Amino acid sequence: MSNRLSLSAILLFLFFSASSAQHNVRTERISGSAGDVLEDNPVGKLKVYVYELPSKYNKKLLQKDPRCLTHMFAAEIFMHRFLLSSPVRTLNPDEADWFYAPIYPTCDLTPTGLPLPFKSPRMMRSAIQLISSNWPYWNKTEGADHFFVVPHDFGACFHYQEEKAIERGILPLLQRATLVQTFGQRNHVCLDQGSITIPPFAPPQKMHAHLIPPDVPRSIFVYFRGLFYDVNNDPEGGYYARGARAAVWENFKNNPLFDISTDHPTTYYEDMQRSIFCLCPLGWAPWSPRLVEAVVFGCIPVIIADDIVLPFADAIPWEEIGVFVAEKDVPELDTILTSIPTEVILRKQRLLANPSMKQAMLFPQPAQPGDAFHQILNGLARKLPHDASVYLKAGEKVLNWTAGPVGDLKPW
Amino acid sequence: MKLLSAFRSSYLNRRGTTFRSLDPSSFDGGFIPKPSPSSIFWLAIHCLCCLISLILGFRFSHLVLFFLFSTSVTNLYTTTAGVSQLLKLKPLEKANVTAKSSRVVVGRHGIRIRPWPHPNPIEVMRAHQLLERVQKEQKSLYGVRSPRAVIAVTPTYVRTFQALHLTGVMHSLMLVPYDVVWIVVEAGGKTNETASFVGKSRLKTVHVGFDQKMPNTWEDRRRVESKMRIQGLRIVREEKLDGIVVFADDSNMHSMELFDEIQNVRWFGALSVGILAHSGNADELSSVLKMNQEGKPIQGPSCDSSGKLVGWHVFNTQPYATKTAVYVDDKAAVMPSKMEWSGFVLNSRLLWKEPVDDRPTWVKDVDNLLDGNEEIEDGPLSMVKDPSMVETLGSCGRNVLLWWLRVEARADSKFPPGWIIKSPLEITVPSKRTPWPDSSSKLPVVTKEAKYNQPATEKRSGKAKRIKEQEQ
Repeated sequence: MSNRLSLSAILLFLFFSASSAQHNVRTERISGSAGDVLEDNPVGKLKVYVYELPSKYNKKLLQKDPRCLTHMFAAEIFMHRFLLSSPVRTLNPDEADWFYAPIYPTCDLTPTGLPLPFKSPRMMRSAIQLISSNWPYWNKTEGADHFFVVPHDFGACFHYQEEKAIERGILPLLQRATLVQTFGQRNHVCLDQGSITIPPFAPPQKMHAHLIPPDVPRSIFVYFRGLFYDVNNDPEGGYYARGARAAVWENFKNNPLFDISTDHPTTYYEDMQRSIFCLCPLGWAPWSPRLVEAVVFGCIPVIIADDIVLPFADAIPWEEIGVFVAEKDVPELDTILTSIPTEVILRKQRLLANPSMKQAMLFPQPAQPGDAFHQILNGLARKLPHDASVYLKAGEKVLNWTAGPVGDLKPW
Repeated sequence: MKLLSAFRSSYLNRRGTTFRSLDPSSFDGGFIPKPSPSSIFWLAIHCLCCLISLILGFRFSHLVLFFLFSTSVTNLYTTTAGVSQLLKLKPLEKANVTAKSSRVVVGRHGIRIRPWPHPNPIEVMRAHQLLERVQKEQKSLYGVRSPRAVIAVTPTYVRTFQALHLTGVMHSLMLVPYDVVWIVVEAGGKTNETASFVGKSRLKTVHVGFDQKMPNTWEDRRRVESKMRIQGLRIVREEKLDGIVVFADDSNMHSMELFDEIQNVRWFGALSVGILAHSGNADELSSVLKMNQEGKPIQGPSCDSSGKLVGWHVFNTQPYATKTAVYVDDKAAVMPSKMEWSGFVLNSRLLWKEPVDDRPTWVKDVDNLLDGNEEIEDGPLSMVKDPSMVETLGSCGRNVLLWWLRVEARADSKFPPGWIIKSPLEITVPSKRTPWPDSSSKLPVVTKEAKYNQPATEKRSGKAKRIKEQEQ
């Protein structure tokens, strides 16, 4: 009996390994530091309770300006919608592992579409006051088992200028909470140790509408479209992108291998699919949707941003997929790129061709298995179970409710 | 004074004393120079350098000054995270160091430009090699899975237009990205002419001669060409060549997509051929075209809406009925046969002697044909028992992948052998300064000049005569 069992087990194992080997001839499985975590299913591993906040924190903002659904900070809105109908949602807060407050802090847009972060700290503060007074769960842990989505330039520092953001630091009330943000830079004030970095929102349907057949030969060596100098905010240069984009332009504008310009071509997505390398340099903030676009279109991202923390860094081995170039090495970019061995380039392309990699970078509507929503939940699940020290004794207070600039203390 | 204040203000501007500058208090207060001898001297040097830069055209003044006066310069500028030694430097400002002592400093940074910002040719070459390798990998992943060799069978013979036709076929085959075996069967025996083309191609070639000479009428030619193609197929059988057999007639033009498309054939495939029936006579052609408005100049398979092969579309030769060429150098249009060989491709394994396992039953046994016991009358379709099983290529014939054309010179036209002329060409049009001072062939030039001279003198004499008459 046991012989037969073991024999059948061996046969099953052989069958599965054979089928998986056959499937992965052309793409390579991404075995990250934590194994094949991209394909983990978070359902059953955690429970999330969604607070019922008044609509002035979410729906009314969206009604006022529906552009919030299409700009690159739309992840906060789609995460809310996903959680409302997801199987990980629980209506019983006592059994929840994580608590989510649906606030859209980045939905206050200028006429040109840029988000103004000036009121966001006050909105956050008012929401947290509401949560802590209406439900007991905030006070139990002072927010350590709560998570918030803050996709703005510098995350929960709520400012678009780096110096001001550093000055403000992370909002004091959010210091114990888990922040789900797009900004990531090592040893930076605005990145908390336990934060989860996510990719910026890029519209999946728009990208999939511009796919070209994969046998179109890749004939562009390096591709980039975007600003090199921000003449409105930094006319003298050297400030925008820490001078890295300007250095790329000055060094490689005459190089026929580099297809770089400030154009806005209609064939932007198609051209990315015809390139081997796509530059993803920092701008005013180190992250950009270019990374998402490069991954979806199979173009190897060349990341020029010192100390950047890329999305889902604990699940995706970015070192093996992209090329990292230090900002000081930008003048030698062509030497660096041409000296990469051919086998390494082919391997990177195979890893990029893996559909689970592309899926992990997208926020499709409706949600699909393996997409960015699920990766966020996986990240939250990996942080469970909560450490015992997270739970505070009754009456114990850790957060300073009056810290921060005076302007933040005004009610919203 | 004005210069000095301008100098001072320009420095202030470069320090960025706008809202973006951080921590101006960290700069030394004493950087604003008072008119001291050293600063006047420095100002003079600066002016000199400006003048030189104006002439030479790049801002080397900063670099020279930096290298010459590095000590005094450090008094003027506060440097923080390493000053770059490269050109076009803007002074680094001290920035608010973050609380966690990040390696990355916020603030204005220099724009690093290397001294020679132009491409290195070795790197460019390496990049092109990378591109090629990536494209090859793409082709192998998404293109044809396991490409088979292309076996091209070409019947030819020596004539004026042979160089034109064979060059075209040779270039097409040389561009094919798969292995190619070129079987050239030459009517009238092997000649050096053809051999030179075959040798130039740098492909694997088989060049054989065929005992008959090419006849002079199109009808007979078709028969001889069929026999020559069968000879080519015999070679495929003997050598046991493995691949896809294409009938590349020497006057046809093949597109590159043809060779990609035929990789999809399993046993016997048919594709569309564009028929270019051209005559030298333009008037005739236009009248023919007026009559023949609906027919398409294509020969190929025809499918129903579900993609199944239901029949064949042949070229409508009706309009040309009375005006077709019979002899090779007739001026009229040349008509294709009902089913041209070039519209069919077959798997070479069909021709092998040993039986291959999954040889389809709807193809006749070719041994009879190849051993010379049968005659092929109406094209390669007679090789199949069941024509409806033939595979269609090029989305069921909707893509025309090659063009059929028959163009030949007059029967008596001569051409220099190998297209190399032995003696210099004779002058037919004299240049301005005739006669050539050291020309050896004086005779033709002189006579022509004499010819030109004569009428002139005649004219002059005529005029003179007339004037004389008038005067009189």
